[in-house]
Formats: sequence, structure tokens, C-alpha cells
Amino acid sequence: MRAPVSWLREYVEGAPVATGREVAARLVRLGLEEEDLHGGDISGPLVVGRVLEFVEELQKNGKPIRRCQVDVGQHGQRISEGTPQGIVCGATNFAVDDLVVVVLPGAVLPGGVHISARKTYGQVSNGMICSAAELGIGSGPDATDGIIVLQSLLGDEAAATLTPGDDAIELLGLADEVVEVTVTPDRGYCLSMRGMAREYSHATGGTFRDPANIQPEPANDSGYAVQLTDEAPLNDRTGCDRYVARVVRGVDASAVSPPWMQKRLTQMGMRPISLAVDVTNYVMLLLGQPLHAFDVSTLRGPIVVRRAQAGETLKTLDDVVRTLYPQDLLITDGGTGVLAIAGVMGGATSEVAASTTDVLVEAAHFDPTSVARSSRRHRLITEASKRFERGVDPDITAVAAQLAVDLLVEFGGGVADEGVTDADHRPDRARIDLDPSLPARLVGLPYSRAEVIATLREIGCDVLELSGSGSEHGTPADSSVLSVLPPSWRPDLTNGPDFVEEVVRLRGYDQIPSVLPQAGSGRGLTHGQRVRRVVANFLAAQGFVEVLTYPFVSPQSHDDLGLPADDQRRHTVRIANPLSDEAPLMRTSVLSTLVEALRRNVSRGQRDTAIFELGLVTRPSGVLLAAPVPGTHARPDDATLTQILAAVPPQPRMIAFALTGASDRAGWWGPGRPADWADVVGAARAMASALAIELVVTADDYAPWHPGRCARLTLADGTVVGHAGELHPKVVAAVGLPPRTCVGELNVDVLTAACEARVQARELSTYPVARSDVALVVDEQIHASALESALRHGAGELLESVSLMDIYRGDQIGSGRKSLAYHLVFRAPDRTLTTKEVNGLRDQAVASAATAVGAVQR
Amino acid sequence: MSGPNKSYDPVEVSALDPTTLAEAVAEALAAFAASDSLDSLKTARLAHQGDSSALSRANREIGALPPTAKADAGKRVGMARGQVAKALATRQSELEVERDARLLVEETVDVTAPAARRPVGARHPLELISERIGDIFVAMGWEIAEGPELESEWFNFDALNLGADHPARQMQDTFFVDPPDAGLVLRTHTSPVQVRSMLERDLPLYIVCPGKVFRTDELDATHSAVFHQIEGLAVAEGLTMAHLRGTLDHFVEALFGAGLETRLRPSYFPFTEPSAELDFRCFICGGSDDHCRTCGGTGWIEWGGCGMVNRHVLTACGIDPDRYTGFAFGMGIERALMLRHGVKDMREMVEGDVRFSTQFGMEI
Repeated sequence: MRAPVSWLREYVEGAPVATGREVAARLVRLGLEEEDLHGGDISGPLVVGRVLEFVEELQKNGKPIRRCQVDVGQHGQRISEGTPQGIVCGATNFAVDDLVVVVLPGAVLPGGVHISARKTYGQVSNGMICSAAELGIGSGPDATDGIIVLQSLLGDEAAATLTPGDDAIELLGLADEVVEVTVTPDRGYCLSMRGMAREYSHATGGTFRDPANIQPEPANDSGYAVQLTDEAPLNDRTGCDRYVARVVRGVDASAVSPPWMQKRLTQMGMRPISLAVDVTNYVMLLLGQPLHAFDVSTLRGPIVVRRAQAGETLKTLDDVVRTLYPQDLLITDGGTGVLAIAGVMGGATSEVAASTTDVLVEAAHFDPTSVARSSRRHRLITEASKRFERGVDPDITAVAAQLAVDLLVEFGGGVADEGVTDADHRPDRARIDLDPSLPARLVGLPYSRAEVIATLREIGCDVLELSGSGSEHGTPADSSVLSVLPPSWRPDLTNGPDFVEEVVRLRGYDQIPSVLPQAGSGRGLTHGQRVRRVVANFLAAQGFVEVLTYPFVSPQSHDDLGLPADDQRRHTVRIANPLSDEAPLMRTSVLSTLVEALRRNVSRGQRDTAIFELGLVTRPSGVLLAAPVPGTHARPDDATLTQILAAVPPQPRMIAFALTGASDRAGWWGPGRPADWADVVGAARAMASALAIELVVTADDYAPWHPGRCARLTLADGTVVGHAGELHPKVVAAVGLPPRTCVGELNVDVLTAACEARVQARELSTYPVARSDVALVVDEQIHASALESALRHGAGELLESVSLMDIYRGDQIGSGRKSLAYHLVFRAPDRTLTTKEVNGLRDQAVASAATAVGAVQR
Repeated sequence: MSGPNKSYDPVEVSALDPTTLAEAVAEALAAFAASDSLDSLKTARLAHQGDSSALSRANREIGALPPTAKADAGKRVGMARGQVAKALATRQSELEVERDARLLVEETVDVTAPAARRPVGARHPLELISERIGDIFVAMGWEIAEGPELESEWFNFDALNLGADHPARQMQDTFFVDPPDAGLVLRTHTSPVQVRSMLERDLPLYIVCPGKVFRTDELDATHSAVFHQIEGLAVAEGLTMAHLRGTLDHFVEALFGAGLETRLRPSYFPFTEPSAELDFRCFICGGSDDHCRTCGGTGWIEWGGCGMVNRHVLTACGIDPDRYTGFAFGMGIERALMLRHGVKDMREMVEGDVRFSTQFGMEI
């Protein structure tokens, strides 16, 4: 919303003179966010010019330019004053004799653009013919249409009074600073100068002069017939509770709005169009009441407001034929012809046109929800819909119509019909009880009862002091409840805290003290939060770099990863309105999005890359159940809450890591070591060890891993934690990663639960260790983990550790066989083991391995 | 060794002759001194202290002396041997010191040579700053609450006083799950965690909720469809806007630097009333630079929204709004990172380029 400083001051008496920046700062303190500052940053000479002649040439790029001679009066070229100015212009939307706006050398345009005589298109241009955009006025698409032609901007009549050389800064109101602010959705009343001036009066202490303080003609029965109906009210509120119709006949169709009105419209970012349109826009900007002007000659019956019927259509002012929804509220003539979608946009047929002489002015109050829904259904956000959606003052409907009628009569030479229609079904506004101590209790500042009452009255509330029980006579007790009737333009004030905000706002948010609350007894991070920090820090310390990726994937990514058709990881949730149609699915593994980040790093030249990500995945267990949407007037019952919670799909937290290139780098110390499956399996096992969890590793064939290089990682009880190993060569090719890329993914929730129990310390033996080495030959397909577990089982509790030192394959042991050399370390808690004991234990271990996996000692 | 000889005259045994002993000692000392390495010292030791050395031979002769002569000769030989042993030890240690010093010189390497055999890892700075913020609140006795990213509409909207007609519920802002009547969205803020916490936890409640949130924004320098927020919620008896301000003042100082002035501006959010925007003094220019790139010349940095929890929200969560009050606030973590560490482009945070994370290390 824009507000020219000079216009604000018209309605706030006694406000100190202030710059646009100061005005903006004051408004910001009241809750209007500064968006921009227009105007005031222009310095002349900027003058009216008349195009005397021009020569048009085509440039090499195919675009025409015009070399113009422009009469700028006494500002004419300095070489010999009074002669026409030679200006090169790239626009072509003007003709000889048009009045234009010329900026001359020495001037400064908005944005600090200094104008000097300069060579353009091979010609010296002594200044520039200006467009609206260059002058910082008008922000709509019109602003770039071309240069300003004053006859069309101001109308022939007003333009006739201009002489070349006249100052255009004053003419166009460019000296006036215009503050632009963002209005929050609760302050619809600020989408008007009336509301902005009211706020400015609060901000400055000046006296507000209400522009709506006009006495409208009283309603009578002889006005244009209006019927308000609503077969399907929303939330029990009728779609239209007030409709004022006024008719002005004999308006001069060629009349233009007066320069002052055009200046205001221009400052507000609107383009003057015709008197009728300008008047409706002006009244809306001033009072916040959107108006609609119908051409009476096109109306075929009374105005009937009703809901749409299925299949009805309307060609709206923007030339789009729209199919209407049964929930749309419509303005019709006689109930059949659709004139407008109420409060959103009018139709093309009833639009006031160049030939219109008889105008019906509609000023109505529509239900905010109804307008909001129509606006969204039709994707039509208009000046009217923005205001109705946020709430328009239902008490100024007749006033706004009266002002429009007065302006049409005054500037269009029309005559107002004596008939005044005001179909008025406004509901009574409810009074609200307010505990006057609430502001103090909610804010922590001792606002007095008197201060609260004064503030509420300042914003337009009617405050009654109800006498409390203890004071039947005389002044009411301090604590007795106030009865507050919010002003008609403040539908947002519905309960105590709403009033509190007004009190704090007007008394100043800067007055709120700073007091640190004592939270008391927090329990620190949860176990899960601590586990996450451990695993993330652990991987980072291992050389992996944490990254964050978007959790969206394409169905193709499941194929790229080689997931079988019935893989649970293909079952996921689809986004109805995805960012990209190619990636509408929520990821079911972090790996599925991590590989893309790895690919990007490699393509950016990081050939040796190790990355990881810790995040949520979506793993719906079955068909999505619709989540209930209970009311909010109370806590939902437990059954409903359970249903809502159950409808949210499980989202386990996973950690995925990926490694490509060299694991140990090459350098002056020697060659590097390429990353292999053991790096990621080792990282996974070490990460678990950091949580005092020992993972059980078994070979697995699981996508997207290499079927011979995939480790399934489980807890001792068999719960799967995840997988790690080398990616399948096909996956590597499909995803575009370097060969031998290795990855792992573990379920952090499983790890978290697995290390929840407190570790119970075991006593450390200080007796010496005894070592024994053993080499065992087994069949090729026997897994090291099985052999190791057999050794452990056989050696018993005195075995402290077992390490695989070598794997040998060769002629000495025959094909299809391998020899594994183990280093066994024994220690007893209570004595030094003898060589005989150790040998006995080693033999038991070997025997166990022989039984379990057919191992033969070499 | 010879047997005892009672008529033996010690003077006549040449090996025990004082002069001979003195000569043997002198020779030994000279040989030790002349040794210039531990190896030559070892040779000298064998020659002068070994079994076949003069002193060892003399020592052996003592046993053959008559008892009357033993004490005297023993004393003489003992002294000589002691002298030699001491000299040997001294020289030994001198040579060892020399050798150790030489070894250290010989073992010197160029420590400035690159030594990064293993690549360096790092945490993502958004995670680090989230953890840091979490720690600030945990230190005040607050707790960190979390919830799902795919969330029910009731938690994300309805319970937060964002009714069916609220603009945020339209397609242009929110990712909806297909089919739309599933009632599921990608959470647009971390506020549903607040709702879950109010429903699940006991009062008084002091929590912060960091996490990923989603809006249908195209990725550019300042927008991302996936970003991070941290929200705070306190519900207890007697909480006021002054407590809100005190908490935010502390938060700003802890994260951006001591002594930063804050400012509350009236604003509007459906889930709070009264509502405010929080700004703090630009820590780069302090308001003195009209062209400051951090604050845009306003002197203030917009930092987040806040307010007193709307009565309707408390009611929907089964909390008596006449007895309890609460305050809430929310900020963007990306914005914190951009402000605090001069990150210029949001895209760097989401692309996963290791060079971005690596520059921050593991502590922020």
C-alpha cells in the first residue's frame, strides 16, 4: 500500500512536517513494514515538451529510433536559447504535436540517474523523453509501454492548459514522497488512505480527520432494485450483507478526471483511464471501499446477488471466459445475466465503456471468506478482492457511494437519481468483555486502566465501564470488566489479546522490558540427539564431509538404483504439487539423493570425495490413511489424535555415506589407496563401535550394492541396521558415478535404540597376555565372519581378541580353497596362562572351526 | 686361579705391583678418552676391563695371596678397577649423548611437506549452527523437541489457528501429499512440533524445535524449497512479552555478539497475538553505513517473528488459556548462517559441494 506524504497530511492535522523516511519509520513502529520509498529523489529540469518533428531510422538491431525536435520553451538548447531541443528517442508511441515529459541535462532521475547530453545511437541527445518507469511512477505493466504522452495521461482538456517549458515535477506530483508499506492481513483498513492516516495520527499524535465523514443521501424505495439472496452461505454468514446502488445519468462520456485526482492515482501506482473508472479507484484508495461501475444501459433487470449455478460462465474484464463455481457469489441483472464475481472482478459486457453516460455505482459489503475463495479458485487477485478478503468497513458503504456520485456529478456533468438503494442486512457487532488488567499481565508492563481505556478509544473502540460488584456507585473498581465495541473497520479485534496488541502497539513495543524467564529443569539433549551428534562427528572425523540434499526423487531413481519391482523402497509418498514433475516422490533412502551430490562433486573436479548425510526418509507402511481434521475449539479426543498420528507415515532417520576415488591419497610419501568396500564397511562398524555397539556382518545381495561386495549389518539379535559395500556396476553406470564407488546406509533410529541401555563395565585383567597364531584352510565360500565366530566359540571366554592377519590362496592349498591366518590373544582374569593351557585353548578353537566350517589347520 | 700360597710375597707378584696397576689404569683411561665412538669404546672396554685385561688378571691374583696381604692388595686393585669403571661410564655417557644428538640431526625431516594422507572431513555448517543454537537454549534449561517432516495438516495448520481459508494453505506455498484428502503436507514450519509438544508434554514447557521445512519456492540466491528453521515455545503461568524479549535478547547476543540492541515491531501471525517482528542492530555497521550490504543501510537486521501464543492455539492443544500464557518465536537458520558467516548464496548450502562444508570444519 502506498501513501503519499502530502495526502497523509491532508487527513492528519497537527502532524509535524516529516520526510518520507521519517514517516515510514513512524509507521513501522506501529506495525506497517516499510517496503519502498518513491519520489522526492528527482531534480529538474524536467519539463513539458511538444514534439515538433522527428525522423525515424532503423537501427542495425532492427529497432527504430526517432531523432526528434522538441519545443521545451525557455529551456531550449543552450547553443541558441529558445530553439528546439534535439533528442533521440527509442520509443515510437507518440506523434508530432504530442506533449511529452522531457528531462534535460543536469537533471537527476530516481535511482540517482544523472542526465547529461550524450551520444546515443550515433547522435548527440540533449536530454531524454521520459517513460513512467523512468520517473518512478506506475509500477504496473503499463509503465513500460513507452513514453508518457500527456494528452492521454491527463486528458486533452487538462493538457490544453500546458505550455512547453512548464515544470513537470509539480505537474506529476514527483516532488511528493510516497511511502510504500506492507500491510499485514489483519489490518485491511490500512489498504486505504483513511486507514493509513488514522495510523499516522496514532504515530504522530496529530488529529485524524475522517475522509468518510460525509453525510450520504438517505435510502429510499425509488432506487435501482436490488435483491440479496444466498442459498449457500459460508460459515452461516450471508455472502452480501449490504448493497448500496446509486445511479448517475448523463455523465459526459469524454470527461476526464481532474489533474489532482490523476496525480493521486499516479502516485498510488495506478493509471488514470476514464472519469468513471478513476472515480471508483480514487474512492477505493481513499476509503478502502471497492466500488464497481456498471453501464446502466446494459442492465436488463434488477441487481440480484446470488450464488452461481453449475455451468455458468462469465467473461471477465481481463477478457477471460471463466467457468463459475457453485460457491462463487455473483452479481446478476434480473438473476440471469452474470455481471460480476462479487468483490473480485466484473464482466466485460456491463463494463463502463467510452460511450457510457448512465452509470450505476455499486458499493457493497461481501463476506471475506466468500471473496477469498472465489479469488483463489479463479486465481484472480484484484484490488477489490484484496480489500474484501481482509475486511471492508461495512458502515461506510453508503458514504463511499455518495462520494463517487458527487465526483461523477461534479466532473462528469451528470445528474444523480433521487432513488437511493441501500439493502442493509448488517448484523449487529458484538461487544467484547475485556479485563483491563490483561494488557499488563500479558506484556509485563503496568498499563493502567485509564491508559487501556484511552488507547482503545483512540483506535475507535466504544468502551463502556461496567460497574463491578464492589462499586455499585461511583467509579468502577480497577479490576471491573470493560465492555468494548470494536470499530466497524476492525473485524480483526475479536478477543482480549487482540486488544492487548493495540495497547502495546500504540504505547510502543519499545517500552516492553527484557526479562529472562527461568526455565527450570531441562534434561539436556536426549539420547537420540546425542547419538546423532556422535555419528555425524565420527564420520566427519573419519574424513567424510556432511552435505544436505533435497529429499525429492524421481521414479527413475528407483530403477537407476536397481531396486527390484517389489522392493519396499519403491513404496513412497507422492507430492501433489512437486517442485519438479520429474522428482515428485519422497525419498525412501538417503542414499538415493546422496549419490547425486557425490556425482556433482566429482563433476566439479573433486575426484576423491567422501560425503555423508543424516536425514529422514519416508517409509509408508501401507496405504495412506486420511488424517482426520478435527475442530480446534478444544483438544481433540485421544482416539482422533491417535488417528492423526497414525496417518503420518513413519519417517526413520538414516545416515548414508559415500566414497569415491582415493581413500588414502597419493603424495610424496607414495601411491594412494583407492577406496574399496572395506572402507565403508569399516566405517560402519567403527561408527557403531563409537556407540559401543558391535555389528554383525553377513554377506548380502541387496540393491544398489554389488552382489558380491555387499555387507548386511545387523545387531546381535538380528535387527538389520543397514548395508555397506561397493555399488553395483550397473548402478554406478546409471547414476553416472566413477567405477568402484562405495556406499553405506544405516538406520540411526535402530542404532539409537541399540545403545540406550547403560554399558556395564567389566573388570580389566592385569595378567599377561598369551599369543598364539593359527592358519586354517577352508572352502572359498566360507565367510571370515563364520570362521571367526567358530574360533571364538571354541576358544571360550579366555580369548581376548582374534585378528585376521592374512588371506592366502594358491597352489599349496588347492583351488577353491583359501587359508586364513589368525592371531589369537588369550588372557585370564585371575592368573598367568601356561603354554599348555594356551595350546589347549587354541586346539579347542581349531576343533570348533573344523566342526563348524570344515576348517583344516595348515 | 692359583691356590692359596702362604709364603707368597705380594710385592713380588708383578701384576699387583702398584706401579703396574697405575700404568694399567692410565692406559685404560687413555684408551677410553681416545675412543671416539661407542664401538671403539666397546673395544677399549674389552681390552681394559675384559677378562684378559691387566686389572682383571690382578684381581684374580688376589685370591692367591696370603691372608695378611689380601686386604692391602684388594684395596689397591679395587680402587684401580673403580677408577677405570668410572672413567668408562663417563665416556660411555658422553658418547651416548653425542650419538643421540647426531641421530636427531640425521633423522630431521621437512615437516613443512604436505602431510594430508587422509582427506579431511567436516560437518555441514547449517547443522553446526543448529546445534549451537540448540545448546544456547539447553544451557538455559530448555529442551530440544523434534517431529516428522511429512506432517498432518491438522498439526501444521489447523491447530495453529491457520484455518481452511488461510492463504498459506493454498498450493502456491505448501507441498501437499497426493491425494490431497490424505491431509498430509511437508511441514511449512517447525510449529507442528510445538503443537505435538503441547499435546504430549507436561507444563511448564520450554522447548526449541530446529529442523527442515518446505515451501514451494524455486531455488535462487535467497530462496530454497527446503530450508531450516528454529522455533521456540514457552508455556507456563505468568509468562509475558517481557519474557519473550528477554529470551530473544539473550539469544541474539549469544549467537551474534554481546551488546546487540534488539527491536520489536508489531506484526501479524495467526498463531500469536500480540505478534512482533524481531530486528537487531546491524553488527557490521551498527547503523552508520547507508550502503551496508548486511543490513541494506537500515541499521537493523530482520531476524524473525514472535509473539504471545494465540489463545486458540492453546485451546486446541488442551491448555487453559486463562491460566497459562506462552510465547513463541521462529527464525531461519540459513539466514543466521548467511548473516553470521557472510554466505552470499543459498544454493551453496543445498548443492552438497564438499568445498562449502569443509571451510567451516567441525565447530562454528
